[in-house]
Amino acid sequence: MSSELWLIVAGTAVVTAVIKATGPIALGGRELPPRAAGVIGLLASALLAALIVTEAFADGDRLALGPQTAGVVVAGIAFARGASILVGVGLAVVVTALLRAVS
Amino acid sequence: MSSSPQPTPRESYRTGLRAGVPFAIAGGLLSLTFGVLAREVGFSALGAIVMSAIVFAGSAQFAVVSILAGGGGAGAAILAAALMNSRFLPMGAALAPSLSGGWLKRAAQGQTVVDASWAMANRGEGRFDRHFLFGATSVQYVTWFSGTAIGALGGSALPDPETLGLDAIFPAFFLGLLIAELRDGHAGAVALAGALIALALVPVAPAGVPVLAASIAALAGLRRRRSAS
Repeated sequence: MSSELWLIVAGTAVVTAVIKATGPIALGGRELPPRAAGVIGLLASALLAALIVTEAFADGDRLALGPQTAGVVVAGIAFARGASILVGVGLAVVVTALLRAVS
Repeated sequence: MSSSPQPTPRESYRTGLRAGVPFAIAGGLLSLTFGVLAREVGFSALGAIVMSAIVFAGSAQFAVVSILAGGGGAGAAILAAALMNSRFLPMGAALAPSLSGGWLKRAAQGQTVVDASWAMANRGEGRFDRHFLFGATSVQYVTWFSGTAIGALGGSALPDPETLGLDAIFPAFFLGLLIAELRDGHAGAVALAGALIALALVPVAPAGVPVLAASIAALAGLRRRRSAS
């Protein structure tokens, strides 16, 4: 494995540990400035949505629909109706595999 | 089991362990696909396993792999991981009053924050059950580590992950987390904007940029939080 990949492993581990430690150490009992908290509180939603659509609606550098698109959409409908994480993920896998098998 | 209203730390830990099991099963499948994907972008089996053991943050690990798969470099990958994990800042801050001990112990306890455990350990009014959190996270850590090992070491023996539909696990799992996140608050418009920014940039921007650029949508929080508080 290239040294660049090991650098990525180490770098990701360090930033993750520092981020997870920062709140408990530095902000013990205190709150983030409201503006910072507002942006950070929304970052996960924006990034998660971006990760999901670039997996479900794109293939590399082009927009593309495929069996996994349908699987993820079905999971989304299930989650919106209150399905558990296992049911939603299971539905996504089954729908994707079935559509691939028949296509 | 005692029926006292205040559970002992051991009881809380066990309750957390049980509550974490469904997420641990889904996470185990997810980390299996991480192990397979990491090999495909050039990781050794050891590298993939070490990453899961010391990073233990699914969305960040997948962000790294998808950026590398698209041809992105180390800087973009680590930056994407940092941005993806930035949500642990407010989560850790919210947890802080419920932790105990000196800074090193608090820092260590903060490492146990993962999305599902944190949400389930929230007891309302700013209080968290930290022993529940430790229990829920520990079972997820075990399956995250072992799933990665199975995927990284045995991925070539498995049928093609796409035939099995395993490539749908990652987006579906995070869609579940996202929808749970959208239940409280007004992040729906931000999520939609982030998704549209990313999709619009997919055909034109270098690898990794679409997901990073989606974070711009979170700047809506500059205004919104003020009016909400």
